[in-house]
This record gives sequence, structure tokens and C-alpha cells, in this order.
Amino acid sequence: MAIDKFLIEASHIMMFARSIGDDNPIYYDQDYKSDSGCEGIIAPPTFAQSSAQFDPDYFLRPKTGGEGWFGSGKEPTGLKPSSGGGGGAAAGLHAEQRFEYHLPVKAGDILTATSKPGNTWEKESKRAGKLKFSESVTEYRNQNGDLVITATGVGVQTERPVDS
Amino acid sequence: MLKVSEIKVGDTYSEILVKDLKRTQIVQYAGASGDYNPLHTDEIFTTKVAGYPSVFAHGMLTMGMTGKMVTNYVGDGTLKKYGVRFTSQVWPGDTLSSIATITDIREENGENIVELEIETTNQDGIAVITGSATARISS
Repeated sequence: MAIDKFLIEASHIMMFARSIGDDNPIYYDQDYKSDSGCEGIIAPPTFAQSSAQFDPDYFLRPKTGGEGWFGSGKEPTGLKPSSGGGGGAAAGLHAEQRFEYHLPVKAGDILTATSKPGNTWEKESKRAGKLKFSESVTEYRNQNGDLVITATGVGVQTERPVDS
Repeated sequence: MLKVSEIKVGDTYSEILVKDLKRTQIVQYAGASGDYNPLHTDEIFTTKVAGYPSVFAHGMLTMGMTGKMVTNYVGDGTLKKYGVRFTSQVWPGDTLSSIATITDIREENGENIVELEIETTNQDGIAVITGSATARISS
């Protein structure tokens, strides 16, 4: 994954915060100042995940044009199991996610993101058969070229659906 | 914001993250995050083709909700690290609670630092997320 422009926008932060049930004014009120000294609108801790919106090749976003939307219409259809994904690791389900915060991310910032593959490993599980893990490390930099967030996602490809 | 003088190792903080998680909220998260994997929003595909009992929440939705508990405790903009493992799936109808436990308080490069262990569990007491966070705190 490579993203040239991840625009950090106030309304996107507000919508993201609403979706995780967080009504903290620091995510929508430009004039709010928090106890910890934060002011202006800041990005919530997991907001970097929504950089997918700005990834031209993101495969979990329905495409316009020829391929069209995926998911069930008249018939139950969706993505092929091999193309399921999570966490930018592009492999099955999301197993693990870690963020390191180097500098604040605020509305108005413009980030870039570059990803590289990390470790891969395998494990046997009773609930889902053979598990193949793969790691992906994404570095987010701001408009000054400074590293702001390092995100590490671990995806897992399962042999069969996970027993609940 | 947490203060060194007011906390000790072993202190805990907890919140209920969501009661009776609705499919609508999962859809809302799909829209905000951009992750439209049909396993999270398309019940027909998920049950008939993928073989799951129903759609289920994005792991990142649970991590996001858990992050709210963490920032409510440590203060806005103070996190240095936040990481989780997704240990069990979260389904519509689930009620999730999350708890942070202080595991370490130290000074590092002139900053006061707190380490937290984090666990989010469902209504059956099953952990859906386990993880940790590191934050700056004031003296």
C-alpha cells in the first residue's frame, strides 16, 4: 500500500469518532480544550486505519465502473475467501494491530503512508485449522516529512471459518 | 489526564463500551473506515457463502471502542503506543466491557510514563481483545 495524500479532515474525524461511539468534543469541536492540553481537532488513536479511504488500490472498497459493487444483490455473493482482509495485511482476518504514536495528528494535516511486509509465520489451531499469519508495517508521515505513526497489522488466513 | 501522584500499579479503570451491538453501528464503522468487507455487513453472503453464523464486527471497531476507554482514562493526545490482539469475534447483540490495569509507572527521558494492560470482554466473559498501551502522564 502507498498513499500519496491522506487528508486529515475534521468531518471525517467526526464521523469516525461517531462510528466507534466516542462523543469526546476533541473529535469535533475546534474550540474545545481538553484537560491534557489538547486543542483543535485531533485524530482518535485508531484513525490511521481509515487511510484506506485514500488508498487507490484498496480492495475492500467497492469499485466504480466495470466490476461494480460487491456483496449480495439478488444472489448471495461477496469477495472470494482468498481476497478477504483486515488491517491492511491483506490476508483473511485481522489478528493483531499495533500503533506507535510519534507526533500528534490533527485536522488539516496531510499524511503519506508507505507499507512494507513484515514477518510471516504459521500455527495450527483447533478452531480454524492451519493459520497463516502475515505482518504489514505502515509508516505515516506528515506534510513536514516527519514520522507521525507507525502501524503494524497482522492478518491471518484460516483454513476454514473460525468456530464461534 | 492521569497524574503520577494519584495512581499506583494495580489501579484499574473500566467502561462499558457498547450494549447490544447493532448491525447499524457496524455499517457506520464500515463507512467511516472504508472497510467494506462483506463479512461485516452482508448477512446473506456471510451466512450462506462464507459459513459464519452472522455478520461480525470489524476487529478495528472493537479496537476503536476500546481506545475510547483508554483515552478517557489517560487523557487526549497522550498515547505513545496502543496495541491489541483480536482473540475472539464480536457479534451483533454483544455487550462489551473493557478494563485497563496499570502495570508500570516510570520516568523515561524526562517524561512520566504509564503502562496499561487492556482487556475487552463480551457478556459471557470471553476476551475479545487483549492488549496494552503506553501513555505520557503529568507529575
